Amino acid sequence: MSIRISHQSVLYLLLSIAALVILFPLLFTLSSSFMTSAESAAYPPRILPSGMDWSNFTKMFDTIPVIRFITNSFIVSTAIMVGQLITSAMAAYAFAFLRFPGKVLLFSLFLSTMMIPWEVTMIPNYITVRSWNWIDSYQGLIVPFVASAFGTFLLRQYFLQLPRELFEAAKVDGCGHIRIWLRLVLPLSTPALATLAVYSFLTSWSNYLWPLLITNKESMRTVQIGIGMLQFEEVTAWNVVLAGIVTLLLPSLILLIVGLKPLVRGITAGALKG
Amino acid sequence: MEKDIVIAPPLSRKPSRVRSTTSLRAKKWNERFLAYVFLAPSLVLFGIFLFYPLIKSIYLSMFLTDPQGRVAEFIGFDNFTNVLTSSVFYNSLWVTLLFILFTVPTGVVLALILAALSHQKLRGMKLFQFFFSLPMAVSVGTGSIIWMVLYHPTLSVLNYLLSFVGIPAIQWLTDPSWALISIALMTVWLNLGFNYIVMLSGIQSVGEDLYESAKIDGSGAFRTFFRITLPLISPSLFFVSVVSIISAFQSFAQVNILTKGGPMNSTDLLVYNIYQDAFVNYRFGIGSAQALILFVVITLLTVVQFKFGEKKVHYQ
Repeated sequence: MSIRISHQSVLYLLLSIAALVILFPLLFTLSSSFMTSAESAAYPPRILPSGMDWSNFTKMFDTIPVIRFITNSFIVSTAIMVGQLITSAMAAYAFAFLRFPGKVLLFSLFLSTMMIPWEVTMIPNYITVRSWNWIDSYQGLIVPFVASAFGTFLLRQYFLQLPRELFEAAKVDGCGHIRIWLRLVLPLSTPALATLAVYSFLTSWSNYLWPLLITNKESMRTVQIGIGMLQFEEVTAWNVVLAGIVTLLLPSLILLIVGLKPLVRGITAGALKG
Repeated sequence: MEKDIVIAPPLSRKPSRVRSTTSLRAKKWNERFLAYVFLAPSLVLFGIFLFYPLIKSIYLSMFLTDPQGRVAEFIGFDNFTNVLTSSVFYNSLWVTLLFILFTVPTGVVLALILAALSHQKLRGMKLFQFFFSLPMAVSVGTGSIIWMVLYHPTLSVLNYLLSFVGIPAIQWLTDPSWALISIALMTVWLNLGFNYIVMLSGIQSVGEDLYESAKIDGSGAFRTFFRITLPLISPSLFFVSVVSIISAFQSFAQVNILTKGGPMNSTDLLVYNIYQDAFVNYRFGIGSAQALILFVVITLLTVVQFKFGEKKVHYQ
């Protein structure tokens, strides 16, 4: 018994050290955001601030349009998420339940798009979007991402697992496909839809290269671009920048806490079933 | 992945309920029509933003372009020969391969160790599990700025901590022999959350009874891990490796924010190089040629991984 307990304390010790190392960049950020400018520029660096100095946050809100960045990211990510849910759920229903010529061919076409890295299409897409005058616009940030082969595949796999008898019964009752889709398939697939929702929101939230290419105006920048530009602007006091980081991390943190479960479920299904 | 692709079996027909052949035919046409309507939004978007650009990339790669992206002169495969004979391209290919080597094995092994240590149902484990998945909340833009401060040339808190163990200050981002390692270190940290979550759910999906029976058979912790856990979570291991390699190939933001490809091109990853050619120097043709080469490399690598990796993967 005593061996077991000492085993366990070694385990906890190892885990605590690992946690400290992994959390260090975040704790450092949090701690610096409360330091005064003098404290954050001191060497040797201070680990903890002398007090809670909230002035960095007010300074940051005055100089950096953080709220604007967050709003932009939120609008763009939400629109992409909703768009992907609709287009993927429609396409997945067709592939799972409808009979039509060219199904196998079209499905392979969908799957093949997952192989095309975004970087290959980025140059022509930039030229297209620019020719439509979509630079510095929400539609330019949103529309190219509204369809998702991954989402279609994920939902189709889920739809195929739903009990078939239900649909037979609904058909016998005279339900059309649109009603079956809306009233039966979608409500029964909430877990898969939740996985796709979290996944697409998170990926568009952290999208960097595309917004960098097609936004020039500060008012259209998303979180990722806005934060990356901080270093070039007059704000060079690190504690103010880090206060910005803390503010920007808050929404992602909430999202992680809310979305972790459905995401893990989805990833696990993908990883285990291959 | 292919083996799960099962085309839906045709719905069983119930001839007794069919009143006439005309309504059956109408139903069939209705179904076809609806199918194409349901596929249309995705197909249109893929057409405009994936297939057309793919073909346009091939087209652009054979031309010289003006800064507006208009083609100026047909030059055949000159862009490709230029790329394939330029030392800049081979340098960035080499840098990318080194980057994969630095980030993928480290990231996978670290996540595996953390998951193996923290999967048990003990008091406080949920908290550790939350801590280890936290980097997932940090996106690459935000993470890069945090590490930019940690790597600061004069105020680096990392150098300060290293000074306690007698290691002299490192010029993390400005020393050509350190810059790529610094970028890799930051990337490993950034991806740890995702890798850890996949590994953890892999380990947790191995039945508790298996561990119990191994324990009863007198198998030690290490033996159990290597003989039972590792083979059973090989699908998760494989998944994480494939995803990590692809994402390493596509890394861009950390380089753009932290080093701009320097010092002395030591962090000039492929995608950053493409970005430079296309959007800084406005050489869309040569950028497209490089992007297509990247596409071929990623495709080949993924095929090779599936060919050789899948054999060793044990699916339950």
